[in-house]
Amino acid sequence: MQTLTQRLANPTRFMALSATLLPWLSVIAGLLIAVGLYMAFAAPPDYQQGHSAKIMYVHVPSAWLAMFGYLHVAGSSFGYLVFRHPLADVSAKTAAPIGALFTLLCLVTGSLWGKPMWGAFWAWDPRLTSVLILFFLYLGLIALRSSIEDESLAASLTAVLAVVGIVILPIIRFSVDWNSIHQQPSVSRLGSPAIHASLLAPLLVMAVGMSVLFIALHLKAMRNEVLRRRVKALRLAEVQAAGGLMQQPAE
Amino acid sequence: MTAFRQLVHRDLTIAWKEGGTIGVTLGFYLIVVAMLPLSLGPDLNLLSRIAAGVLWVALLLAALLSLGRMFETDLEDGSLDVLATGPLAMEGVVAAKGLAHWLATGVPLAVLAPVLGLLLNLPVETYGPLVATMLAGTPAISFLGAIGAALTLRTRRGGLLLALLMLPLFVPTLIFGIAAVSASGTEPGAFTSPFLILAAISLAAVALAPFAAAAALRFQLR
Amino acid sequence: MDLGPYAGFILAAYAIVALALSAFVVWLVFDGRRQQRLIDELEARGVRRRSIRKTDGG
Repeated sequence: MQTLTQRLANPTRFMALSATLLPWLSVIAGLLIAVGLYMAFAAPPDYQQGHSAKIMYVHVPSAWLAMFGYLHVAGSSFGYLVFRHPLADVSAKTAAPIGALFTLLCLVTGSLWGKPMWGAFWAWDPRLTSVLILFFLYLGLIALRSSIEDESLAASLTAVLAVVGIVILPIIRFSVDWNSIHQQPSVSRLGSPAIHASLLAPLLVMAVGMSVLFIALHLKAMRNEVLRRRVKALRLAEVQAAGGLMQQPAE
Repeated sequence: MTAFRQLVHRDLTIAWKEGGTIGVTLGFYLIVVAMLPLSLGPDLNLLSRIAAGVLWVALLLAALLSLGRMFETDLEDGSLDVLATGPLAMEGVVAAKGLAHWLATGVPLAVLAPVLGLLLNLPVETYGPLVATMLAGTPAISFLGAIGAALTLRTRRGGLLLALLMLPLFVPTLIFGIAAVSASGTEPGAFTSPFLILAAISLAAVALAPFAAAAALRFQLR
Repeated sequence: MDLGPYAGFILAAYAIVALALSAFVVWLVFDGRRQQRLIDELEARGVRRRSIRKTDGG
Protein backbone atom coordinates (compact mmCIF):
# COMPACT_ATOMS: atom_id res chain seq x y z
CA MET A 1 0.00 0.00 0.00
CA GLN A 2 1.49 3.31 -1.01
CA THR A 3 1.38 6.53 0.94
CA LEU A 4 0.41 9.74 -0.80
CA THR A 5 4.03 10.75 -0.98
CA GLN A 6 4.98 7.53 -2.70
CA ARG A 7 2.20 7.92 -5.20
CA LEU A 8 3.12 11.52 -6.02
CA ALA A 9 6.77 10.55 -6.23
CA ASN A 10 6.04 7.96 -8.85
CA PRO A 11 8.34 8.83 -11.75
CA THR A 12 6.03 7.25 -14.30
CA ARG A 13 3.17 9.47 -13.27
CA PHE A 14 5.48 12.46 -13.37
CA MET A 15 6.60 11.58 -16.89
CA ALA A 16 3.03 11.24 -18.06
CA LEU A 17 1.94 14.49 -16.42
CA SER A 18 4.89 16.49 -17.65
CA ALA A 19 4.48 15.14 -21.17
CA THR A 20 1.00 16.67 -21.31
CA LEU A 21 1.96 19.93 -19.65
CA LEU A 22 5.14 20.69 -21.53
CA PRO A 23 3.73 21.59 -24.96
CA TRP A 24 1.17 23.92 -23.41
CA LEU A 25 3.73 25.62 -21.21
CA SER A 26 6.10 26.06 -24.11
CA VAL A 27 3.45 27.65 -26.30
CA ILE A 28 2.24 29.95 -23.53
CA ALA A 29 5.81 31.00 -22.75
CA GLY A 30 6.54 31.62 -26.42
CA LEU A 31 3.44 33.71 -26.92
CA LEU A 32 3.92 35.78 -23.81
CA ILE A 33 7.55 36.47 -24.62
CA ALA A 34 6.71 37.37 -28.20
CA VAL A 35 4.03 39.79 -27.03
CA GLY A 36 6.34 41.13 -24.36
CA LEU A 37 9.10 41.76 -26.87
CA TYR A 38 6.74 43.59 -29.16
CA MET A 39 5.48 45.75 -26.30
CA ALA A 40 9.05 46.36 -25.17
CA PHE A 41 10.17 47.74 -28.47
CA ALA A 42 6.94 49.67 -29.02
CA ALA A 43 7.33 51.40 -25.66
CA PRO A 44 8.31 55.07 -25.59
CA PRO A 45 11.83 55.98 -24.50
CA ASP A 46 12.36 56.67 -20.82
CA TYR A 47 12.81 60.38 -20.14
CA GLN A 48 16.04 59.73 -18.25
CA GLN A 49 17.63 56.77 -19.93
CA GLY A 50 16.24 56.84 -23.41
CA HIS A 51 15.85 53.48 -25.00
CA SER A 52 18.50 51.76 -22.92
CA ALA A 53 15.86 51.30 -20.24
CA LYS A 54 14.56 48.56 -22.52
CA ILE A 55 17.29 46.31 -21.21
CA MET A 56 15.26 46.28 -18.02
CA TYR A 57 12.74 44.03 -19.76
CA VAL A 58 15.20 41.15 -19.85
CA HIS A 59 17.32 42.16 -16.88
CA VAL A 60 14.62 42.39 -14.22
CA PRO A 61 12.87 39.11 -15.09
CA SER A 62 16.28 37.41 -15.08
CA ALA A 63 16.89 38.79 -11.61
CA TRP A 64 13.53 37.54 -10.36
CA LEU A 65 14.13 34.12 -11.89
CA ALA A 66 17.60 33.97 -10.34
CA MET A 67 15.94 34.32 -6.95
CA PHE A 68 12.97 32.15 -7.86
CA GLY A 69 15.33 29.48 -9.11
CA TYR A 70 17.17 29.36 -5.83
CA LEU A 71 13.93 29.12 -3.89
CA HIS A 72 13.10 26.20 -6.15
CA VAL A 73 16.39 24.49 -5.39
CA ALA A 74 16.11 25.13 -1.67
CA GLY A 75 12.49 23.99 -1.52
CA SER A 76 13.20 20.80 -3.45
CA SER A 77 16.25 20.16 -1.29
CA PHE A 78 14.25 20.59 1.86
CA GLY A 79 11.66 18.21 0.45
CA TYR A 80 14.40 15.70 -0.27
CA LEU A 81 15.89 15.92 3.20
CA VAL A 82 12.57 15.62 4.95
CA PHE A 83 10.56 13.30 2.72
CA ARG A 84 13.23 11.49 0.75
CA HIS A 85 11.20 12.08 -2.43
CA PRO A 86 13.40 10.77 -5.27
CA LEU A 87 11.88 13.37 -7.56
CA ALA A 88 12.76 16.11 -5.10
CA ASP A 89 16.41 15.47 -5.77
CA VAL A 90 15.76 15.45 -9.52
CA SER A 91 14.02 18.79 -9.11
CA ALA A 92 16.86 20.29 -7.07
CA LYS A 93 19.56 18.95 -9.35
CA THR A 94 17.98 20.31 -12.52
CA ALA A 95 16.84 23.66 -11.12
CA ALA A 96 20.34 24.70 -10.12
CA PRO A 97 21.89 25.07 -13.59
CA ILE A 98 18.79 26.86 -14.88
CA GLY A 99 18.85 29.27 -11.97
CA ALA A 100 22.56 29.78 -12.49
CA LEU A 101 21.94 30.56 -16.15
CA PHE A 102 19.38 33.25 -15.33
CA THR A 103 21.71 34.64 -12.69
CA LEU A 104 24.46 34.91 -15.26
CA LEU A 105 22.08 36.56 -17.72
CA CYS A 106 21.07 38.99 -15.00
CA LEU A 107 24.69 39.91 -14.39
CA VAL A 108 25.49 40.27 -18.08
CA THR A 109 22.41 42.33 -18.95
CA GLY A 110 22.92 44.36 -15.80
CA SER A 111 26.44 45.07 -16.90
CA LEU A 112 25.26 46.10 -20.37
CA TRP A 113 22.66 48.33 -18.77
CA GLY A 114 25.17 49.75 -16.37
CA LYS A 115 27.45 51.11 -19.04
CA PRO A 116 24.90 53.55 -20.49
CA MET A 117 23.37 54.26 -17.09
CA TRP A 118 26.36 54.75 -14.81
CA GLY A 119 29.21 54.75 -17.28
CA ALA A 120 30.74 51.58 -15.90
CA PHE A 121 30.27 47.91 -16.69
CA TRP A 122 30.19 47.01 -13.04
CA ALA A 123 29.36 48.73 -9.78
CA TRP A 124 29.31 47.31 -6.32
CA ASP A 125 25.78 48.39 -5.62
CA PRO A 126 23.80 46.14 -3.27
CA ARG A 127 21.67 44.45 -5.88
CA LEU A 128 24.44 43.51 -8.27
CA THR A 129 26.65 42.42 -5.38
CA SER A 130 23.92 40.17 -3.97
CA VAL A 131 23.31 38.65 -7.37
CA LEU A 132 27.01 38.00 -7.80
CA ILE A 133 27.12 36.17 -4.48
CA LEU A 134 23.98 34.28 -5.44
CA PHE A 135 25.86 33.18 -8.53
CA PHE A 136 28.64 31.83 -6.33
CA LEU A 137 26.07 29.93 -4.30
CA TYR A 138 24.76 28.31 -7.48
CA LEU A 139 28.26 27.48 -8.66
CA GLY A 140 28.99 25.94 -5.28
CA LEU A 141 25.92 23.71 -5.55
CA ILE A 142 26.80 22.56 -9.03
CA ALA A 143 30.47 22.06 -8.16
CA LEU A 144 29.69 20.12 -5.00
CA ARG A 145 27.33 17.79 -6.79
CA SER A 146 29.73 17.12 -9.61
CA SER A 147 32.61 16.37 -7.26
CA ILE A 148 30.84 13.50 -5.48
CA GLU A 149 30.52 10.26 -7.37
CA ASP A 150 27.96 8.51 -5.22
CA GLU A 151 24.63 9.87 -6.48
CA SER A 152 22.80 9.42 -3.22
CA LEU A 153 25.52 11.10 -1.15
CA ALA A 154 25.74 13.94 -3.67
CA ALA A 155 22.00 14.44 -3.39
CA SER A 156 22.06 14.61 0.40
CA LEU A 157 25.07 16.90 0.72
CA THR A 158 23.90 19.25 -2.01
CA ALA A 159 20.55 19.43 -0.28
CA VAL A 160 22.23 20.45 2.98
CA LEU A 161 24.20 23.13 1.16
CA ALA A 162 21.07 24.46 -0.55
CA VAL A 163 19.24 24.79 2.76
CA VAL A 164 22.24 26.50 4.38
CA GLY A 165 22.34 28.85 1.41
CA ILE A 166 18.72 29.89 1.65
CA VAL A 167 19.23 30.74 5.32
CA ILE A 168 22.37 32.75 4.57
CA LEU A 169 20.88 34.57 1.59
CA PRO A 170 18.75 37.13 3.49
CA ILE A 171 21.67 37.80 5.81
CA ILE A 172 23.95 38.44 2.85
CA ARG A 173 21.38 40.75 1.32
CA PHE A 174 21.00 42.58 4.61
CA SER A 175 24.73 43.00 5.04
CA VAL A 176 25.27 44.22 1.49
CA ASP A 177 22.41 46.71 1.79
CA TRP A 178 23.70 47.90 5.15
CA ASN A 179 27.14 48.31 3.69
CA SER A 180 25.97 50.48 0.84
CA ILE A 181 23.91 52.75 3.07
CA HIS A 182 26.63 53.31 5.62
CA GLN A 183 29.74 53.20 3.52
CA GLN A 184 28.99 55.13 0.38
CA PRO A 185 26.54 57.95 0.88
CA SER A 186 27.85 59.65 -2.22
CA VAL A 187 26.98 56.86 -4.64
CA SER A 188 24.66 58.13 -7.34
CA ARG A 189 21.10 57.00 -7.08
CA LEU A 190 21.18 53.59 -8.58
CA GLY A 191 17.76 52.65 -7.38
CA SER A 192 15.07 51.91 -9.90
CA PRO A 193 13.38 55.12 -10.99
CA ALA A 194 9.63 55.25 -10.72
CA ILE A 195 8.36 53.34 -13.72
CA HIS A 196 5.56 54.79 -15.75
CA ALA A 197 2.61 52.52 -16.47
CA SER A 198 3.29 52.30 -20.18
CA LEU A 199 6.75 51.02 -19.38
CA LEU A 200 5.50 48.66 -16.68
CA ALA A 201 3.16 46.54 -18.76
CA PRO A 202 5.84 45.05 -21.04
CA LEU A 203 7.86 44.24 -17.93
CA LEU A 204 5.03 42.25 -16.39
CA VAL A 205 4.36 40.38 -19.60
CA MET A 206 8.04 39.53 -20.02
CA ALA A 207 8.30 38.52 -16.38
CA VAL A 208 5.36 36.14 -16.57
CA GLY A 209 6.49 34.81 -19.95
CA MET A 210 10.01 34.12 -18.75
CA SER A 211 8.71 32.52 -15.56
CA VAL A 212 6.58 30.12 -17.58
CA LEU A 213 9.67 29.47 -19.69
CA PHE A 214 11.61 28.64 -16.54
CA ILE A 215 8.99 26.14 -15.49
CA ALA A 216 8.96 24.58 -18.94
CA LEU A 217 12.77 24.35 -19.01
CA HIS A 218 12.76 22.84 -15.55
CA LEU A 219 10.15 20.23 -16.39
CA LYS A 220 12.01 19.25 -19.53
CA ALA A 221 15.29 19.03 -17.62
CA MET A 222 13.60 16.90 -14.96
CA ARG A 223 12.28 14.56 -17.65
CA ASN A 224 15.78 14.23 -19.07
CA GLU A 225 17.19 13.50 -15.65
CA VAL A 226 14.58 10.82 -14.99
CA LEU A 227 15.52 9.24 -18.31
CA ARG A 228 19.21 9.55 -17.48
CA ARG A 229 18.71 7.70 -14.21
CA ARG A 230 16.73 5.06 -16.00
CA VAL A 231 19.63 4.57 -18.40
CA LYS A 232 21.95 4.19 -15.46
CA ALA A 233 19.69 1.62 -13.81
CA LEU A 234 19.34 -0.32 -17.05
CA ARG A 235 23.08 -0.34 -17.60
CA LEU A 236 23.59 -1.52 -14.06
CA ALA A 237 21.01 -4.28 -14.56
CA GLU A 238 22.75 -5.31 -17.77
CA VAL A 239 26.12 -5.53 -16.05
CA GLN A 240 24.65 -7.54 -13.24
CA ALA A 241 22.86 -9.89 -15.58
CA ALA A 242 26.10 -10.37 -17.51
CA GLY A 243 27.86 -10.97 -14.20
CA GLY A 244 25.65 -13.99 -14.00
CA LEU A 245 24.96 -15.68 -10.73
CA MET A 246 26.71 -13.29 -8.38
CA GLN A 247 24.01 -11.07 -6.94
CA GLN A 248 25.65 -7.83 -5.93
CA PRO A 249 23.77 -5.06 -4.14
CA ALA A 250 23.22 -1.95 -6.23
CA GLU A 251 25.90 0.59 -5.27
CA MET B 1 29.97 18.09 29.17
CA THR B 2 33.12 16.15 29.97
CA ALA B 3 33.16 14.50 26.58
CA PHE B 4 32.89 17.93 25.00
CA ARG B 5 35.75 19.32 27.02
CA GLN B 6 37.86 16.28 26.36
CA LEU B 7 37.37 16.64 22.64
CA VAL B 8 38.29 20.32 22.69
CA HIS B 9 41.34 19.54 24.78
CA ARG B 10 42.35 16.72 22.44
CA ASP B 11 42.06 18.89 19.35
CA LEU B 12 43.99 21.72 20.94
CA THR B 13 46.73 19.32 22.04
CA ILE B 14 47.02 17.93 18.53
CA ALA B 15 47.15 21.42 17.07
CA TRP B 16 49.80 22.44 19.57
CA LYS B 17 51.95 19.33 19.20
CA GLU B 18 51.64 19.20 15.47
CA GLY B 19 52.51 22.87 15.16
CA GLY B 20 52.48 22.50 11.43
CA THR B 21 49.02 23.74 10.69
CA ILE B 22 49.14 26.83 12.85
CA GLY B 23 52.58 27.59 11.54
CA VAL B 24 51.46 27.39 7.93
CA THR B 25 48.39 29.45 8.70
CA LEU B 26 50.36 32.21 10.36
CA GLY B 27 52.97 32.05 7.66
CA PHE B 28 50.34 32.45 4.99
CA TYR B 29 48.87 35.38 6.90
CA LEU B 30 52.26 37.03 6.97
CA ILE B 31 52.96 36.41 3.31
CA VAL B 32 49.66 37.80 2.08
CA VAL B 33 50.04 40.91 4.20
CA ALA B 34 53.65 41.40 3.16
CA MET B 35 52.89 40.98 -0.52
CA LEU B 36 50.40 43.82 -0.63
CA PRO B 37 52.85 46.68 -0.15
CA LEU B 38 55.20 44.97 -2.57
CA SER B 39 52.52 45.02 -5.22
CA LEU B 40 50.89 48.33 -4.40
CA GLY B 41 53.96 50.35 -3.69
CA PRO B 42 55.08 51.89 -0.44
CA ASP B 43 52.61 54.77 -0.32
CA LEU B 44 51.89 54.78 3.41
CA ASN B 45 48.69 56.74 3.10
CA LEU B 46 47.20 54.28 0.67
CA LEU B 47 48.31 51.36 2.78
CA SER B 48 46.83 52.73 5.97
CA ARG B 49 43.49 53.21 4.24
CA ILE B 50 43.30 49.64 3.08
CA ALA B 51 45.10 48.02 6.01
CA ALA B 52 42.04 46.87 7.92
CA GLY B 53 40.49 45.37 4.82
CA VAL B 54 43.67 43.59 3.83
CA LEU B 55 44.13 42.14 7.29
CA TRP B 56 40.56 40.87 7.35
CA VAL B 57 40.82 39.26 3.92
CA ALA B 58 44.18 37.74 4.76
CA LEU B 59 42.64 36.32 7.93
CA LEU B 60 39.83 34.73 5.93
CA LEU B 61 42.26 33.18 3.47
CA ALA B 62 44.51 31.89 6.22
CA ALA B 63 41.53 30.41 8.06
CA LEU B 64 40.40 28.76 4.84
CA LEU B 65 43.71 26.89 4.71
CA SER B 66 43.17 25.23 8.04
CA LEU B 67 39.44 24.58 7.69
CA GLY B 68 39.76 21.85 5.11
CA ARG B 69 41.55 19.64 7.58
CA MET B 70 39.02 19.97 10.37
CA PHE B 71 37.57 16.52 9.91
CA GLU B 72 40.01 15.01 7.49
CA THR B 73 42.57 13.60 9.89
CA ASP B 74 39.82 12.16 12.05
CA LEU B 75 38.27 10.51 9.04
CA GLU B 76 41.59 9.07 7.94
CA ASP B 77 42.47 7.44 11.22
CA GLY B 78 38.95 6.29 11.96
CA SER B 79 38.35 8.47 14.98
CA LEU B 80 35.44 10.16 13.23
CA ASP B 81 33.53 6.90 13.28
CA VAL B 82 34.35 6.51 16.96
CA LEU B 83 33.17 10.02 17.68
CA ALA B 84 29.99 9.41 15.74
CA THR B 85 29.05 6.48 17.93
CA GLY B 86 30.37 8.00 21.14
CA PRO B 87 28.55 9.66 24.05
CA LEU B 88 28.67 13.12 22.49
CA ALA B 89 26.04 13.92 19.87
CA MET B 90 27.39 14.73 16.44
CA GLU B 91 26.35 18.34 16.87
CA GLY B 92 28.41 18.44 20.04
CA VAL B 93 31.36 16.94 18.21
CA VAL B 94 31.14 19.66 15.58
CA ALA B 95 30.79 22.35 18.23
CA ALA B 96 33.82 21.03 20.08
CA LYS B 97 35.91 20.95 16.93
CA GLY B 98 34.67 24.40 15.96
CA LEU B 99 35.64 25.79 19.33
CA ALA B 100 39.04 24.13 19.13
CA HIS B 101 39.58 25.54 15.67
CA TRP B 102 38.66 29.02 16.83
CA LEU B 103 41.02 28.80 19.80
CA ALA B 104 43.83 27.35 17.74
CA THR B 105 43.46 29.46 14.61
CA GLY B 106 41.00 32.34 14.93
CA VAL B 107 42.27 33.78 18.16
CA PRO B 108 45.97 33.74 17.26
CA LEU B 109 45.26 35.32 13.89
CA ALA B 110 43.14 38.01 15.52
CA VAL B 111 45.70 38.77 18.19
CA LEU B 112 48.54 38.94 15.68
CA ALA B 113 46.69 41.35 13.40
CA PRO B 114 48.08 44.53 15.01
CA VAL B 115 51.61 43.19 14.65
CA LEU B 116 51.05 42.63 10.95
CA GLY B 117 49.27 45.96 10.89
CA LEU B 118 52.64 47.55 11.46
CA LEU B 119 53.63 46.41 8.00
CA LEU B 120 50.62 48.20 6.57
CA ASN B 121 50.80 51.39 8.56
CA LEU B 122 47.51 50.55 10.26
CA PRO B 123 46.33 53.60 12.19
CA VAL B 124 47.01 53.11 15.89
CA GLU B 125 43.53 53.98 17.05
CA THR B 126 42.09 51.12 14.98
CA TYR B 127 44.20 48.45 16.69
CA GLY B 128 41.65 47.91 19.45
CA PRO B 129 38.54 47.85 17.25
CA LEU B 130 40.30 45.62 14.72
CA VAL B 131 41.22 42.96 17.25
CA ALA B 132 37.78 43.22 18.83
CA THR B 133 36.02 42.70 15.51
CA MET B 134 38.28 39.83 14.60
CA LEU B 135 37.72 38.12 17.92
CA ALA B 136 33.98 38.61 17.50
CA GLY B 137 33.93 37.49 13.88
CA THR B 138 36.26 34.49 13.86
CA PRO B 139 33.80 32.18 15.67
CA ALA B 140 31.52 32.56 12.65
CA ILE B 141 34.43 31.65 10.40
CA SER B 142 35.28 28.54 12.38
CA PHE B 143 31.71 27.34 12.73
CA LEU B 144 30.52 28.16 9.23
CA GLY B 145 33.78 26.68 8.04
CA ALA B 146 32.84 23.46 9.78
CA ILE B 147 29.86 23.17 7.45
CA GLY B 148 32.11 23.60 4.44
CA ALA B 149 34.63 21.15 5.82
CA ALA B 150 31.92 18.56 6.45
CA LEU B 151 30.49 18.95 2.96
CA THR B 152 33.83 18.73 1.16
CA LEU B 153 35.22 15.85 3.18
CA ARG B 154 36.65 13.23 0.88
CA THR B 155 35.84 15.11 -2.32
CA ARG B 156 38.65 15.58 -4.77
CA ARG B 157 39.70 19.22 -5.23
CA GLY B 158 38.24 19.66 -1.77
CA GLY B 159 40.24 22.78 -1.01
CA LEU B 160 39.19 24.65 -4.10
CA LEU B 161 35.58 23.64 -3.64
CA LEU B 162 35.75 24.70 -0.01
CA ALA B 163 36.88 28.19 -0.96
CA LEU B 164 34.00 28.51 -3.42
CA LEU B 165 31.48 27.35 -0.82
CA MET B 166 32.81 29.55 1.97
CA LEU B 167 32.93 32.82 0.08
CA PRO B 168 29.19 33.60 0.28
CA LEU B 169 29.08 32.39 3.87
CA PHE B 170 31.91 34.70 4.95
CA VAL B 171 30.54 37.83 3.29
CA PRO B 172 28.32 39.07 6.16
CA THR B 173 31.11 38.62 8.73
CA LEU B 174 33.58 40.40 6.48
CA ILE B 175 31.25 43.29 5.75
CA PHE B 176 30.32 43.98 9.33
CA GLY B 177 33.86 43.40 10.55
CA ILE B 178 35.21 46.06 8.23
CA ALA B 179 32.23 48.34 8.80
CA ALA B 180 32.83 48.28 12.53
CA VAL B 181 36.51 49.11 12.15
CA SER B 182 35.79 51.95 9.72
CA ALA B 183 33.02 53.28 11.92
CA SER B 184 35.30 53.37 14.94
CA GLY B 185 37.23 56.17 13.28
CA THR B 186 34.18 58.38 12.97
CA GLU B 187 31.80 59.33 15.77
CA PRO B 188 32.14 57.48 19.08
CA GLY B 189 28.90 55.52 18.99
CA ALA B 190 29.16 54.35 15.39
CA PHE B 191 31.23 51.29 16.24
CA THR B 192 28.53 49.66 18.31
CA SER B 193 25.84 48.71 15.85
CA PRO B 194 27.96 46.95 13.22
CA PHE B 195 29.91 45.29 15.99
CA LEU B 196 26.78 43.99 17.62
CA ILE B 197 25.50 42.68 14.30
CA LEU B 198 28.85 41.00 13.76
CA ALA B 199 28.62 39.37 17.16
CA ALA B 200 25.04 38.31 16.49
CA ILE B 201 26.07 36.64 13.25
CA SER B 202 28.79 34.74 15.10
CA LEU B 203 26.38 33.66 17.80
CA ALA B 204 23.89 32.48 15.21
CA ALA B 205 26.64 30.56 13.44
CA VAL B 206 27.77 28.94 16.68
CA ALA B 207 24.21 27.95 17.49
CA LEU B 208 23.06 26.73 14.08
CA ALA B 209 26.07 25.59 12.07
CA PRO B 210 26.64 22.42 14.13
CA PHE B 211 23.29 21.10 12.98
CA ALA B 212 24.06 21.52 9.31
CA ALA B 213 27.61 20.19 9.67
CA ALA B 214 26.47 17.22 11.74
CA ALA B 215 23.82 16.34 9.16
CA ALA B 216 26.48 16.46 6.46
CA LEU B 217 28.85 14.30 8.50
CA ARG B 218 26.16 11.71 9.13
CA PHE B 219 25.55 11.43 5.40
CA GLN B 220 29.27 11.14 4.80
CA LEU B 221 29.70 8.35 7.29
CA ARG B 222 26.92 6.12 6.02
CA MET C 1 13.76 52.10 -35.42
CA ASP C 2 16.25 54.38 -33.82
CA LEU C 3 17.21 53.08 -30.40
CA GLY C 4 19.44 55.98 -29.54
CA PRO C 5 23.17 56.11 -28.89
CA TYR C 6 23.20 52.91 -26.87
CA ALA C 7 21.49 50.75 -29.44
CA GLY C 8 24.46 48.41 -29.44
CA PHE C 9 24.08 47.68 -25.74
CA ILE C 10 20.35 47.11 -26.00
CA LEU C 11 20.64 44.76 -28.93
CA ALA C 12 23.58 42.96 -27.36
CA ALA C 13 21.60 42.37 -24.19
CA TYR C 14 18.61 40.95 -26.01
CA ALA C 15 20.76 38.93 -28.38
CA ILE C 16 22.71 37.32 -25.53
CA VAL C 17 19.55 36.40 -23.67
CA ALA C 18 17.90 35.01 -26.80
CA LEU C 19 21.02 33.07 -27.76
CA ALA C 20 21.61 31.60 -24.32
CA LEU C 21 18.02 30.51 -23.84
CA SER C 22 17.70 29.08 -27.35
CA ALA C 23 20.95 27.17 -26.96
CA PHE C 24 19.71 25.77 -23.70
CA VAL C 25 16.41 24.68 -25.21
CA VAL C 26 18.24 22.99 -28.09
CA TRP C 27 20.53 21.20 -25.67
CA LEU C 28 17.59 20.00 -23.58
CA VAL C 29 15.83 18.63 -26.63
CA PHE C 30 18.92 16.83 -27.90
CA ASP C 31 19.80 15.48 -24.49
CA GLY C 32 16.29 14.14 -24.06
CA ARG C 33 16.42 12.39 -27.39
CA ARG C 34 19.81 10.93 -26.61
CA GLN C 35 18.63 9.47 -23.30
CA GLN C 36 15.52 8.05 -24.92
CA ARG C 37 17.61 6.48 -27.64
CA LEU C 38 19.90 4.88 -25.05
CA ILE C 39 16.89 3.48 -23.22
CA ASP C 40 15.44 2.08 -26.44
CA GLU C 41 18.75 0.45 -27.29
CA LEU C 42 19.11 -1.08 -23.86
CA GLU C 43 15.56 -2.36 -23.80
CA ALA C 44 15.93 -3.76 -27.29
CA ARG C 45 18.84 -5.81 -25.97
CA GLY C 46 16.42 -7.34 -23.57
CA VAL C 47 17.57 -5.59 -20.43
CA ARG C 48 14.78 -5.39 -17.95
CA ARG C 49 14.63 -2.93 -15.11
CA ARG C 50 13.57 -4.33 -11.79
CA SER C 51 9.96 -3.32 -11.41
CA ILE C 52 10.44 -1.30 -8.25
CA ARG C 53 13.60 0.72 -8.45
CA LYS C 54 15.05 0.53 -4.99
CA THR C 55 16.87 3.65 -3.91
CA ASP C 56 19.96 2.53 -2.09
CA GLY C 57 20.70 3.38 1.52
CA GLY C 58 19.83 7.04 1.56
